[in-house]
Amino acid sequence: MKKALPLIILGMLAVLPLLGLSSYWMHILILVIMWSVIGMAWNLLGGYCGQVSFGHAAFFGVGAYTAGILYNKAHLSAWWGMPLSIVVVTIFALIIGYICLRLRGPFFALGTLAMGVILRVTAENLTAITEGDLGIMLQERTWIEKTWYFYIILALAAVTFIAIKMVVESKFGYYFVAIREDQDAAESLGINTTLYKTIALSISAVFTGLAGAFYMNYMGYIDPKIVFALHDISIVTIMVVMVGGVATYWGPFVGAVIMVFLAEIIRTIPKLGAAHHTFFGILLIVIIIFLPNGITGDIQKLKKILRIGKAT
Amino acid sequence: MALLEVKGVSRFFGGLAALTDVSFDVEKGHILGLIGPNGAGKTTMFNVVNGFYAPSKGEVYFRQKKISGLKPHQICQMGIARTFQVVKPLQRMSVLDNVIASAFLRVKTRTRAEEIALETIKFTGLLDDKDVISKGLPLGKRKKLEIARALATQPEMLLLDESFAGLNPAELDESIGIIQRIKEKGITIMIIEHHMKVIMAISDRIVVLSYGEKLAEGTPKEIGNNPLVVEAYLGEAESA
Repeated sequence: MKKALPLIILGMLAVLPLLGLSSYWMHILILVIMWSVIGMAWNLLGGYCGQVSFGHAAFFGVGAYTAGILYNKAHLSAWWGMPLSIVVVTIFALIIGYICLRLRGPFFALGTLAMGVILRVTAENLTAITEGDLGIMLQERTWIEKTWYFYIILALAAVTFIAIKMVVESKFGYYFVAIREDQDAAESLGINTTLYKTIALSISAVFTGLAGAFYMNYMGYIDPKIVFALHDISIVTIMVVMVGGVATYWGPFVGAVIMVFLAEIIRTIPKLGAAHHTFFGILLIVIIIFLPNGITGDIQKLKKILRIGKAT
Repeated sequence: MALLEVKGVSRFFGGLAALTDVSFDVEKGHILGLIGPNGAGKTTMFNVVNGFYAPSKGEVYFRQKKISGLKPHQICQMGIARTFQVVKPLQRMSVLDNVIASAFLRVKTRTRAEEIALETIKFTGLLDDKDVISKGLPLGKRKKLEIARALATQPEMLLLDESFAGLNPAELDESIGIIQRIKEKGITIMIIEHHMKVIMAISDRIVVLSYGEKLAEGTPKEIGNNPLVVEAYLGEAESA
């Protein structure tokens, strides 16, 4: 039963478009699944390997721009950006990793945060390639309807889930967790910590970049402030995993559902809508205090809290 | 033929000399005790051999190959494993997973790694605790876990940094038994220890460090009769 759970959920999601959902609901579903992919990718590096990145927008943006520039300059379909982004994002991950992975803990977080900002500013100013603040727009999107976009991102999510599960259950997973728990001990147990951190970062970056390339195709428009955004991409990525459950398989999915719906609900509140970051911040504080392992990680504790709530 | 050769090693931290021109050999199959008062440079010596610090001067050879300057993971791959004085278990992993993680050094598959890990856990007497999250282990068992984890890398030489400190008499006897069985397996051991009785009983040779310098070297009997060693431990009346 437990082993079949991913298949059951995948099956249920796969039939959703057949229910004739409105375009708005399809959009929400696509966003949820896209954020699950980014969350799962971040979780491998931040959750399992313990390297908290505040700059995953860098990889999302590079993926998106790979697709965008390919379309804009080479006049190819932006969908080619998805396979190409694997190569391009890996190169960026190796460079960023070379610089940032020698830093530990909060310094690594700050280093990656800086990388995200540097790439945004670069994209804004390198107008010859990126069109700067004008952004890149697809003249026409591949499909008007959302069904195919839904299936493509669902397939990407399934691949991401399986790939990360395989990595986590192999030697790599053990090494990543060993590095998270104690880097010096890991090193003295014969683990090449620099190498394995670079591997974790590269895998994490590639899936984030694929989500970015998909985003370009789906939304049809990107500019540096959207895809390299610190608040709306990097921080939300961390929140998806923190809220859902760090170092759990389902955490990113649960977190993505909550974060996307929360953002949508807050947007509909008159006057307060623009302040969604404030609500995210409050939510993060509540989660860190009461459910430090996230909803999936602290499910027992959550049940307990809710039961007490009912009794009184 | 010596398995490990420490040749004229010095290590400075700024102006402070933690080790000054220390040389000694460790013979294959021996247990070498490294003793000395607090701050004598024993753990620094381990950190130099293990690769956490490069020596400021001098070299370390293992199986006639120079290892000083290599990284800790490379030195571990060559066959030197260590434990830490301040235990460093992988806290949020079970005892078994801790040992599996280090067993992966020599094998590729999860099944083989688990086999080796279980064998090692049995050897160190932790089988009943294999599913315990290591954060919750009492100190005595954490010290054993350190040894199990180091052994799972299948080393030729083991560096034990105060594996007996803080143990009760029963645990102490058990750990001495484990060390002797490790020796019987043919693994060379270098051990830092404050328990004089233990170190005198198990060591083949002893090196005494004091203020970063080698004060004496010899068999346990020679060391026990050496006036310099007694002085270093009890202190001179005038030196204050």
